[in-house]
Amino acid sequence: MRKTLMAATLAAVAAGLAVQAQADPPFDPKDPKMAPFIAGAKRSGYTFAEPETRAMQDDDFTNPGFLWVEDGKKMWSKAEGKAGKACQDCHGDAEKSMKGVGTVYPRFDPHAGMLLTLEQKINQCRTERMGAAEFKFDSKPYNAIATYVKHQSFGMPIAVQTDGPVAPYFDMGRRLYYERRGMSDIACKHCHEDLAGMHMRTELLSQGMPNGFPQYRLKWQTLGSAQKRIRGCFDEVRAEPYPVDSLENTVLELYATWRANGLRVESPAVRK
Amino acid sequence: MPTPRVKMPATAAKGEIFEVKTTIDHDMESGQRKDKDGKPIPRKIINKFTVTYNGKQVFWSEWASAVSANPYCSFFLTATESGTVEMQWHDDDGQVYATSQKITVA
Ligand code: HEC
Ligand code: HEC
Repeated sequence: MRKTLMAATLAAVAAGLAVQAQADPPFDPKDPKMAPFIAGAKRSGYTFAEPETRAMQDDDFTNPGFLWVEDGKKMWSKAEGKAGKACQDCHGDAEKSMKGVGTVYPRFDPHAGMLLTLEQKINQCRTERMGAAEFKFDSKPYNAIATYVKHQSFGMPIAVQTDGPVAPYFDMGRRLYYERRGMSDIACKHCHEDLAGMHMRTELLSQGMPNGFPQYRLKWQTLGSAQKRIRGCFDEVRAEPYPVDSLENTVLELYATWRANGLRVESPAVRK
Repeated sequence: MPTPRVKMPATAAKGEIFEVKTTIDHDMESGQRKDKDGKPIPRKIINKFTVTYNGKQVFWSEWASAVSANPYCSFFLTATESGTVEMQWHDDDGQVYATSQKITVA
């Protein structure tokens, strides 16, 4: 009842967005199968997904994201660039050296003196340590190596830092998360905090947790990064997205990832 | 170059029915989409998937524009004799992506 009321209010406020109640995929917080996808009141997008989508993610074989994991694995040991080095030459076995790394990005990088996403950090190793060209945003190798690295933290809780040098980025991220935007004049928080669990057109709104990125999206018919998803959410409210890898888009990724602190890394997740 | 992935048992009892699961990374460009300049993007899909067991065709499937990217296909075979199961994905552009797996039938 409360939900319906809230939805009606928002629909009135945000003209052009239809929010309505429909039948939901089953979710029982006490179901032991759901335990890995919950942390207190936080729920992974997995718990909002249809059972078919969950099943696709659960099986490493039917999960198309593993095609990227395997590609990334091959890339790990392949020398590239002027230095003639592969990731492996400096980092050794990824299963050991990259374990946990995916839980702390976006992270402040002392070397660059700024906040970096995992993808940006990998590109930094390529340009500065390997003498190789940067991977282009959303290209196959860009996504493959990031998915492989992130997958080494599979099952570990997200734990991004927000203090010290990260504090100003975090504050900016929070401000942008709560800022209304676009023709619909609504903020991230309206859809992913206030309306999580409600329907928007054919979509069931989740809490907007990025713990499964890079993730395979059936709508994209391919795998993509959190940066890409966040830009897509700007389209949802008919706003101009911030450029890829811009400060704004990166602090939004930081804030959204901090919200998921405690939820486990699912990369590569599968979503609608 | 797309990389096929296959999952099937390495051994089976004679007469046993076993499942073969396959996927391949491929965009399956439907031919229905347009690029930024409004020009149609030509169709490029895997149009045929064939399977042989010790050289004999045991499974065959024709695919069309509506098949998703990175297509998944699974099927069942009966373990008749030890040997090789070979799979071939036929691309619109004439390329064939192939992989095979051995099975021991006891
Ligand atoms: C108009 C509603 C709306 C707004 C506003 C919105 N999103 Fe989303 N968002 C969606 C929908 C719909 C999805 C896909 C279904 C889902 O997971 O909620 C989604 C998914 C996501 C996901 C992926 C969740 C998962 O499990 O894969 C993240 C992360 C996300 N949004 C972040 C943001 C951020 C950051 C903002 C603000 C810049 C934002 N969203 C604003 C509607 C919205
Ligand atoms: C020439 C050596 C060298 C090569 C080659 C190299 N790196 Fe690095 N990388 C480093 C060093 C040293 C650090 C730690 C210092 C830093 O963070 O800059 C690092 C840090 C990282 C980190 C951050 C780890 C953390 O704990 O935050 C990631 C992720 C990473 N590298 C990924 C890669 C990937 C993927 C490749 C291959 C595409 C690669 N690196 C190639 C030397 C290298």
